[in-house]
Formats: sequence, C-alpha cells, structure tokens
Amino acid sequence: MSWTRKILRVNLSKGSCTSEPLNMEWAKLYLGQRGLASKYLSEEVDPACDPLGPDNKLIMATGPLTGTMASTAGRYSVITKGPLTGAIACSNSGGFFGAELKFAGWDMIIFEGKSDKPVYLLIQDDNVELKSAEHMWGKTAWEADDIIHATHQDPQMRVACIGRTAENGCLYAAVMNDKHRAAGRSGVGTVMASKNLKAVAVRGTQGIGNVDDAEAFMSATGDGKAVLAENAVTGQGLPAYGTQVLMNVINGVGGLPARNMRDVGFEGAENISAEAMAEPRKSDGKPNLTTNGACFGCTIACGRISTVDPTHFSVKDKPQYQGNSGGLEYEAAWALGADTGVDDLDALTYVNFLCNEDGMDPISYGATVAAAMELFEEGVIGTKETGGVELRFGSAEAFVAITEQMCNGGEFSADLGMGSKRLTEKYGKPELSMSVKGQEFPAYDPRGIQGIGLNYATSNRGACHLRGYTIASEVLGIPVKTELNDTDGKPELVKAFQDATALVDSAGLCIFTTFAWGMDNIAPQIDAACEGDWSVENCLETGERIWNMERLFNEAAGFTADDDKLPRRLLEEAIKDGPTKGQVNRLGEMLPKYYEVRGWTADGKIPEETRQRLSL
Amino acid sequence: MNINIEFYASLMKYLPPGKSRFRREVSVEDDITLSRLITQFHISEAEAHLVLVNGHFVNCGEDRDQRKLVEGDTISIWPPVAGG
Repeated sequence: MSWTRKILRVNLSKGSCTSEPLNMEWAKLYLGQRGLASKYLSEEVDPACDPLGPDNKLIMATGPLTGTMASTAGRYSVITKGPLTGAIACSNSGGFFGAELKFAGWDMIIFEGKSDKPVYLLIQDDNVELKSAEHMWGKTAWEADDIIHATHQDPQMRVACIGRTAENGCLYAAVMNDKHRAAGRSGVGTVMASKNLKAVAVRGTQGIGNVDDAEAFMSATGDGKAVLAENAVTGQGLPAYGTQVLMNVINGVGGLPARNMRDVGFEGAENISAEAMAEPRKSDGKPNLTTNGACFGCTIACGRISTVDPTHFSVKDKPQYQGNSGGLEYEAAWALGADTGVDDLDALTYVNFLCNEDGMDPISYGATVAAAMELFEEGVIGTKETGGVELRFGSAEAFVAITEQMCNGGEFSADLGMGSKRLTEKYGKPELSMSVKGQEFPAYDPRGIQGIGLNYATSNRGACHLRGYTIASEVLGIPVKTELNDTDGKPELVKAFQDATALVDSAGLCIFTTFAWGMDNIAPQIDAACEGDWSVENCLETGERIWNMERLFNEAAGFTADDDKLPRRLLEEAIKDGPTKGQVNRLGEMLPKYYEVRGWTADGKIPEETRQRLSL
Repeated sequence: MNINIEFYASLMKYLPPGKSRFRREVSVEDDITLSRLITQFHISEAEAHLVLVNGHFVNCGEDRDQRKLVEGDTISIWPPVAGG
C-alpha cells in the first residue's frame, strides 16, 4: 500500500497534536501529496478564507512513493491557500525532509489555527510535540536549522523552516528544507509564518515496510532506473550541466525574456549560463560550480553546489558566504539575472544564497525587482522609495544592495515583499506586472513559445512552468518536437502535460524523471507500491481529476475565466528582434479550444457532466 | 564561404581553437549542407540533438540533409539537454 495511512493533525491554537487514519477512499482517487492534500484542503478550508488568517490550513504531504527505492522518490509538497495569488497553492520540494517524514510514519501533517507564540514541531517517529521557537524568531532559515540541530544533536534530523522574509510578511516566502531546497512558490512560507510556526524538525526510524507487491516494485523501479541512466538527458545532460544549460538554449531560440519582459533575448545570457558556471575563474582558478548534488534516492543528480568568487565585491568581506552552497538553477538564474538585466554570475550566486538563507522564491523575487527596476527607470519611483539604491536594470551592485535590504527588512522590503502585482498597482502602473493571478512568470517568453503561454494563463497556482512544462516538447523535443509558434494542437498538449504533472506531483516523484519516463514507466511503479488500480489510464484520469479539483477550489475562491489571461505586454507588444521577431502570444486562438478539450463550458466552468466523469 | 558555428555544453570540445566561449567563424565549402557540416566537426547524429540555423530549428534526417547553408549563417548545436 505504501501509504503509512496516518495523518498528523496539529492544532496550533490549542497546541494539540493528534494522529488520525488517512482517508483511503480519497487516497484511491487522489493518490497522495499534491492531489490528496488538495482534497483535504478543499474539504476542510473555505476557499474564500483569508490566506493569512487562522482559518487557512497548511499541509505538508508526502506521496506514496516518497521514501521508497523508486528513483527521485524524496519529494514532499506544501499545500495551502496562497497569499500571493489567493488561489490554491502547492509547492513541491526535494532534499531529504519528505523521506524522513515518511520514515517517521506520517503521510502528511495538517496544521490548523494559529499559535499564540512562535513554535516548532518536533517529530521523532510517534513522539510529536510543539516546542517554543521564540529564540528562533527573527533568525534566518539557515540559523534556525543550525539551532535545531545543535539542540537535538542528531545529524540525521531533517528540518523544514521559514526565514525572516516570511516573518516580515513577504508574500512569496518559501518553506526551506535541508537549507538549500525550497517549497518555493506562491508564498507557502508566509502562511507558515502567519501561524507562528517557525520550523518542523523530523527524525524517522521506521523505514518503508508496506509496499504492496515488493517483487513487482523491485522490478518496476529497477526498470525505471535503467531508463533514466540510459537516457541522454537524465543520464548525462542534467547531472553534468544541470537545469542551467537552458540559458543559452532558450536565448538561442528567441524565448528568453529580459528586463521585466520588456525585451526578448539577453546579451549577457552566456555569462550566467551552465557553461560559464564550469569555467575556472581568474582569482583562485576554481569554477563557480563545485559539483552536482542529488536529493533523496535520486539517480539523476541535477543539483548545483557552487561558490562565489571570494574576491567578488558581494562576499569579499563576508567569509560566511565564501563556502559551498546551493547554486543557481535555471529559473532562478533567469529571474535574478536576465529579468533584472544583471549578467554578473557571482552576484547572482550570492543573491541566490540569500534567497535560500532567508527563504524567498527567487522567481517571484527576481521578477518583482525587475518590475521595480522598470518603475525606477520610468521615474515612477526613485531613491526615496528604494532606500537610496539606484535600482537600474543591469546593476549588480544595486541588486545586491536591495537584496540585503530585503532580507534585513530595510526600507524598500515591504514594497518588494508585496510581489509585482501589488507593487505596480501601488505606484499606478499595473501593466508592468508580469504575472498571472498575481504570480510572476518563470523563464520562458509566451510570445516566442505559444503553448507555455496557454499553460501560464490556465495554471491553477498562477504563472508557473511546473504546472505543464510544454517547453519539453516545444523546445527540447521531448517526447516529440512541436513548433514554437504554432497554436494548433497546443491546447491538447497543455492539457496532457498539466494532467501528467499533477499525477507525478502526487506520487512522491520528481517531474524531471519525465524527460525520460512516460506514464508507462511511472504507472507500474505506483501500481506495484499501492493497492488499487494504477494503470496508465487510471493514472492519467487521476491527474485530470486533481487538475479539475484545484480549478473548483479556485472557482469557489472567486476566480473566473477572466483570470485565465496574460499581461497586455505579451499579447500586444511584439518581440523586437531575433528569431521570434514580430511575434506576440495568441492566447485567444488557444483558450476556447483548451476549455473544450477539458470538457469545460465556453466560459471556463466545469459542468456537472465533467464532474461526474471525474468523480468530483 | 564563412559561417558561424556555436557548439554548447558537451559539444564545446568540438570547437576549433579560438577566443570566444562558444562561437567560431569558420570557412566551409560553398553550398555545404547542414548534415555535412555536422559530420565535418565529428558530431554524431545522437549528439546533435538541438540544431538551429539563425535561431530556427532544423529537424534531423532529411531536413538537415537538404538544408544548404549560405554565407553568414549561424549554426547552433546542443546535445540532449533539459532543465526547468
């Protein structure tokens, strides 16, 4: 069965921790992690609630494969109503925390209410208690992690916690685990802070002892690992170059946005690329990239471990930032780099360290700074607002200064912490927010690449590449190449990617496996681990059910088809040069067909017939 | 005629000596096809996964066999890579 069949419910208002059985009827319909926790959220939380009020709940959930020997099976997700968007939020993270939670015997933790004082949750198998975190409040995520490890003296304890930006109300604060991995998007860390919950520390010793068909599972996971090892992307490309190899690819095809998406194509892209990360630098002969790294049970190992040049202005007087730490991944490098116009690799690596240390989503943070830079360049804001920083596109010094200010709660941090939508509205320029449903775009321009625009517009958590990564097909040719600028077939492509991703995110697996695995590789692993029918067909239908359930939550929260849109810039301001010159996103050609292939009404509602088909 | 080649990631090893990180201007025979160019630099078909001419994709097989290059073209090549 693979589920532990146990939920830990923590009522922070009462200070109580109780164990309850997992709802197995729901597990068979929604699998686990993203799907199952979203079901619990939908049933237990009023979608219209204040995301930062005590009525919202925060769920940390594993999938049935989390902690097993399946490759990449270390994932967990944080599910809540997101404060950045007001929509359902689900942020997925790797590292080791998720597997440890499973080893402690829990499928998920549901946090409800709000504690009077800062607390952290300590889990040691069945022994669970809330402990005071007053001495940790005001500390960074890294400091909180260190304090917990120093207190409990167990190096194998895993910690998920928030940094100062969450405490300060930044609406895109992350939940950090294992210091360098993040449930990053949509402000799930801000919700955690609103509950006065600083950290969750977990140590599990029970292992995974309840796989449904152990022999079949051994065989299916072994087959899966062989496919990953033999595939050129997962076996060679990702471990060697990481996600950052995309910087030059996306720039080369005319899909790399720059300077708050004012431009497409970034002249400094190669300086912040994976290839640049591997070059020895002049000062000490070492490259930015020290080595790759893997999350729990991962046989791909795409992670980046990096250093900043110790002579670089950002760290030369700060020895604590001169060691190895979590390095740049593509989406972060784009938002912090191309979108701000900064091509200083060391400055970006340092800012990325700070995002990890103080728990911020680097995509929303970089994109919000980019929006602020455009406001600054247009003269809408000045140094009076920015605390003296000349916040211009391309200035590494300004970017480092504003980031340190952001983490320390300086003058401009409250404005930046709003996210680009609220920031640009405050200063009367809402058209400068590059976001959908209030969440900022990742690293692919919808004018150059049509399908990803449709995915952004319809994503249930606001603009997000990880809800339906059509880039795999449109740019990388996985599983088949589709044309960047075609709109025909893109609604079907987007739906297929969205549904499959919802399933993978509910299993405990990493989405990067799908560069090599199809559902015919994934379903047998789930089917062997879990009781019930987990055929390819049922897995795909489960993904579709999860997608529709999330949509229903958003509908009840007040979202309509009017929210399935892109900023005017992307629909009307054509790309000025490069291979995609003259293009805009043609969302209007794709959206009606998308609603149709989903079985929705012309105004984007889910009719009774579709609900019944999906058992919703 | 002269064209520009750009080899990325693990294909950088196939670049002739030069100063730029990825890019070289090279002399090739007139009317050379894309497939012939790729072979000339000892890049295998499996390695030449993403191939752009002036930023536009050219699929493997016939498209590359038939695509004749012209003076000033920029050819960019990546092995199988992904990210996100």
